[in-house]
Amino acid sequence: MNWKLALNIALTHLLSKKKQSIVAMMGVTFGISMFIIMISFMTGVNQFTEDMAMDNTPHVRIYKPLEIEDKQIIALGQNKTESEWYVVKHQRPKNELSKIKNGLALMESIEAMPGVRGVAPQLATQVFYNNGPVKISGNIYGIDVERQKELFDLDKKMDLGDLDDLLKASDVIVMGKGLAEKMNVTVGDRVSVTTPEGGNLTLKVAGIFSFGIAAMDQTQSYATLATVQKILQKDPSYVTDLNVKMIDVTKAAELKDELANQLKGVKIEDWEEANQSLLAGEQIRNIMTFVVCFTLLVVAGFGIYNIMNMNIINKMKDIAILKATGFQGADVTGIFMLQSIIIGIAGGLLGLGIGFFFSYLLSVTPFPAGEFFRIDTFPVNFNPMHYFIGLFFGFLTTLFAGWFPSRKAARIDPVAIIRG
Amino acid sequence: MATVLKAENIRKKFYQPTEFEVLRGLDFEVNEGEFFSITGKSGCGKSTLLYILSTMDTDYEGKLTIKDEVLTGKKQNALAAFRNEHLGFVFQFHFLLPEFTALKNVMLPALKLGKYSEEEIEHRAMEKLKWVGMDSFATKNASRLSGGQQQRVAIARALINQPAIVMGDEPTGNLDKANSQIVFELFQKLAKENNQTIIAVTHDLDFAAGSDRIMEMVDGTIAGISTPAQAGPYI
Repeated sequence: MNWKLALNIALTHLLSKKKQSIVAMMGVTFGISMFIIMISFMTGVNQFTEDMAMDNTPHVRIYKPLEIEDKQIIALGQNKTESEWYVVKHQRPKNELSKIKNGLALMESIEAMPGVRGVAPQLATQVFYNNGPVKISGNIYGIDVERQKELFDLDKKMDLGDLDDLLKASDVIVMGKGLAEKMNVTVGDRVSVTTPEGGNLTLKVAGIFSFGIAAMDQTQSYATLATVQKILQKDPSYVTDLNVKMIDVTKAAELKDELANQLKGVKIEDWEEANQSLLAGEQIRNIMTFVVCFTLLVVAGFGIYNIMNMNIINKMKDIAILKATGFQGADVTGIFMLQSIIIGIAGGLLGLGIGFFFSYLLSVTPFPAGEFFRIDTFPVNFNPMHYFIGLFFGFLTTLFAGWFPSRKAARIDPVAIIRG
Repeated sequence: MATVLKAENIRKKFYQPTEFEVLRGLDFEVNEGEFFSITGKSGCGKSTLLYILSTMDTDYEGKLTIKDEVLTGKKQNALAAFRNEHLGFVFQFHFLLPEFTALKNVMLPALKLGKYSEEEIEHRAMEKLKWVGMDSFATKNASRLSGGQQQRVAIARALINQPAIVMGDEPTGNLDKANSQIVFELFQKLAKENNQTIIAVTHDLDFAAGSDRIMEMVDGTIAGISTPAQAGPYI
C-alpha cells in the first residue's frame, strides 16, 4: 500500500472541506481539553487534600489504648481450689498509664529497621487552656522538636514565631491559629493549662501554627516533651505515641504487621486505616473524573463517526473512480482512516494546548478557601502523564470512529455508482 | 493479429426486481490495436457487458481472458491491480476527482502503480494532457472544468499507464455536439496514431462508424459483428 499517496489524497480531501474538518476536529479538541482540565483539577484537589492530611499523619502510629478489659476476674485473695468463685462483674478500668513501655528505646530500635525514615515520639494529653475566665478544652502534644521538624514539617506550618523557640526557653508552647483566636492571645502572651488530673502550669506562647484543618487548629498546641512531662508530672521516659514515617508509604502495612508480631500491649495503626474516609473520597472522585472524561471522548467519537460517514456518502463517486482506476479496498480504507487519524491527532494536540491553557488559568485563579486552608489558588496538577493519556485516548477514539465508515467505503461497489 | 481480449459464454442474471437473464452466453474476441464498438438499444445489456469486461463486475458466468490472463474468479484486490496496470476507463459522466487538479487526476493511477518516480509521472501526465489539448488547464481544479474539458482529461487519465485496452462507456453520451466531436476525434486519433485497443459502448452512430468493427447486441445476444461498411442491416 502506498501510504504517501493515501496521505496525499486524505489531506486534499480534508483541506478541500475545511469547515467540515474543523467541526470534526473541534469535537476531539473539546473532549480532550475537558479531559485535561478535569483530570488536572481533580488530581490537584486529591493531591492537595492528601498532602494536607499526610503531612500530619504518621504512616504507622504506635500507642497505648485505654480499654476496659472484658474478661471477668476472680475476687482478690480467693482460694482457687474452691468450687464456688466470687466473680467481679462490671469492673472499672484500672488506673493504667497510657505510657508506652520503654518508649524511647523502642523508638530507636524501630528507627533502625529497614524502610523506616524516622520515628517521632509524642506525649499527648488533654488539657484545659485558661486565659482569664475562658476555659477551652484541647490537646497538648509534647514533641521532639528536631524529629517533628524533619518528619512532619511542623516548622513550615508556622504562621507566627519560630518552632525552634520551643528549645530556647522553658515553659513555652506553639498554638493552633484557631485556638489562639478563641482565646485572643498572640505571641508573647501567657496561657495557663490544666490537666484532667489537676496539674497546672502557665506557659508562654512562642508561635502560632495552622495546618489548614480546623479541628486541629482550634484544639492543639505543641511543646517540648520535657514541658509536657512537667505539666503531667511524669518522668522523662514518659511518651504515649510513636509516630513512624516510612521512606515508601506503601510499605507501611508491612511494617505494621512486623511490629504487631513483636510488640504486645500496644495498638499499631497504619495510615490507610486512619484515613479510610479520605481514601474512599479520593477513589470516588477519581472514578467520577474518568467516567466524565470517558463520556466526553465517546461523544467526540460519535461526532467523528457521523462526519466520516457523511463524508463517505459525499465521496461515493470519488471512491468509485479510485476503485475503477485500480485502487484496492485497503487503499480506500487507508485514505479514510488517515483522514480520521489526522482529525484525531490535530484535534487532540489542540485539545492538549487548550486544556493546558485553561488549567494554567485555573491554577492562578484566586480561591477563597477561607482562612484555615493554606491555599491561595485552585490546586491544579500538571502531570505530563495525563497529557499522554489524553492524546492516546483521543487517538484511539478516532481510530474506532474512523474504522467502520472506512470499511464501508472499501466495500462500495464501483459499478453501482458509475452506472447510476 | 493477436487477440487481446477473449470472452467465452458470458452469462449474467439480474435478480432484482425479478429474475432476468441480461446476457445470454456471449462469445467474441477483440484484437490488438482494434477500435471495437458495441452498440444496441438501451436495455440490450451492452453496458452490463462492458462492466464485466472491465473486471469491476465479477458476478457472472463464463470466462474472461485479457492479455492471456484468465480474470474470471480472481480476487478483488488482484483485479484492482490488473485494472490499474492494463485498463483505462472513460465514462459517460466525466468522472474526475473534483478536489484535485487536472494534472493530479491524470497522475493518480500512475502514482498508485508506482512504476516511475513522481517527477517522471508528472512529465508523462503533462504529455498526455498536451495530447488531449488540455495542458494549459493542468493546474486547474477538476471541478472548474467544463464537461467537455473534463472528458478530455479523463481520456488522458485512461492513457497514463499505457493500458492494453481503453474502455469507454458512452464517452460522448453526455456531451454537446461540439464536444462530442472533439472527444470522437481523440478516440479516432488514439486508434490510428497510437494503435490503441479501444472497446467502446455507444449508441452514437457517427462514433460507431469510426471504429474498426461494430458488435450489435439484441436482448443479451450478439446480433452480429462486422466492419462499419457492412453494418448497415444491423444498425
